[in-house]
Amino acid sequence: MSSASGLVTRAEYCVIAVAECFRGDGEILANPIGTIPMIGGRLARASFEPDLVMTDGEATFVTGPYPVGPTDVVKVVEAWNPYRSMFDVVWSGRRHVMMGASQIDRFGNQNFAFVGSWDQPKAQLLGFRGAPGNTIQNTTSYWVPNHSPKVFVTKVDVVSGVGYDRAAALGPEASRFHEIRRVVTNLGVLDFDTPDHTMRLRSTHPGVTVDEIVAATGFDLVVPEDVGVTRDPSPDELELIQETIDPHDLRGQEVPTP
Amino acid sequence: MPDKRISEDDVVAELRDGMTIGIGGWGSRRKPMSLVRAIARSSLRDLTIVSYGGPDVGLLCATGKVERVVYAFVSLDSIPLEPHFRVARQTGAVSTLELDEGMFLLGLQAAAWRVPFLPTRVGLGSDVVDRQPEIRTVVSPYDDGEELVAAPALRLDAALVHMHRGDAGGNGQYLNVDPYFDDLFCMAADRRFMSVEQVQETEDLRGNGPLQTLKINRLMTDGIVEAPFGAHFTECVPDYPRDEAFQKEYAGSAKSADAWVAWRTKYLDCGGHDEYRKVVGL
Repeated sequence: MSSASGLVTRAEYCVIAVAECFRGDGEILANPIGTIPMIGGRLARASFEPDLVMTDGEATFVTGPYPVGPTDVVKVVEAWNPYRSMFDVVWSGRRHVMMGASQIDRFGNQNFAFVGSWDQPKAQLLGFRGAPGNTIQNTTSYWVPNHSPKVFVTKVDVVSGVGYDRAAALGPEASRFHEIRRVVTNLGVLDFDTPDHTMRLRSTHPGVTVDEIVAATGFDLVVPEDVGVTRDPSPDELELIQETIDPHDLRGQEVPTP
Repeated sequence: MPDKRISEDDVVAELRDGMTIGIGGWGSRRKPMSLVRAIARSSLRDLTIVSYGGPDVGLLCATGKVERVVYAFVSLDSIPLEPHFRVARQTGAVSTLELDEGMFLLGLQAAAWRVPFLPTRVGLGSDVVDRQPEIRTVVSPYDDGEELVAAPALRLDAALVHMHRGDAGGNGQYLNVDPYFDDLFCMAADRRFMSVEQVQETEDLRGNGPLQTLKINRLMTDGIVEAPFGAHFTECVPDYPRDEAFQKEYAGSAKSADAWVAWRTKYLDCGGHDEYRKVVGL
């Protein structure tokens, strides 16, 4: 199955866009959280970024690629990494995490802690989890499967993950390990490659228009004159996704074909 | 070696209203649930609970034991958001100290080492620091002059942890893949109580697993409770997996007052751990 056949699904473009986030990372812990992020991370390691280290989601680093979801494939453990050791990895900077976001603003400030007031939230969500430490200590990207103005907001209710404006306000020492690399969504890819680090449209997934993304974003998105298009997977990459990493199409459940 | 064997009720008798209690485990994994249920059935109130939270936090909130929760997350793992904790937050029934997971570790470590804080970059720029005046920063006294977060010590009046094996003297052993932070909870606390699946002779512990599994030594404990299935319904592999069906029923009990009363009547008001085991069929 090749891209030219037109059979690449939206979810598969999302997977490719996630994998591209890890390009050039070398021998660090790639820590994508969520179904499509995990597929994308494992694809990156199985193809163009072979030195990446990845967890089994619990207390070990495992070699791969092995499938997402329940599997009989035996995972080969290469190291022990209990929760306590994870902080050693994060705080030494040898990690690129991809987290979710219930809200995110144009500087990349992220919230998944709770929505509403501090003392009595309208909706209690995850809590701060590791977001403050992740964002200030190692590279962070975000995955948003439902690109909408409810997620892309002018102001987040609570800042759990630190964005570029707040990092800049801390000064060069405190912010020297801060990097929000990409935001991958079901519609396209965003980054912060602008002079003031405000969010920019990097590419649209094939089948999505720039106007659709602008309309689904609740703040003024920087839109360059020549917005790219998310690249096609190679035949080998598509086979890895479909046969090896996600044989049960969990990706299609997370991002259905429109 | 002293004999520290006691019961769940003995542990509760050591606790007082308003205490700060740390609970080991992580999410819905290896939680000292027989001790948590004993507190839930007691008259204790106004507690501050410090936890990498799971159903321990939810159950104590649902039974009105909690004034404040010190946490970075409260999750049932396979059910990402703890429904009873959500109700408590969304009705304003409990206050919180919001922490990053790693800042939480540093707080326990600071308390264990008897220092007021440990410095970290974690929290800078986030609302953990910006909107909580009780979390303060400190300037490095060295030439770099960097401003860092002073992660405050999380000093505990009491700690509750659950291990797989132990001896009468209060040594404890974990047999799963992760020790979590149970040793730090114990070292951060004035009074330390450990439940175990099984109390064994000391000389038999070594044969259960590698030396490193002997994570809790008796300097860290004041009382040991033998509680088979003491972590139920949370995960306690290799002894037993999480009881997902039971956890689903527990989560469902947050949906209405009637559902909660029914759950409480059946699984809490039934009595102590032995009665609970009979009701659940463990």
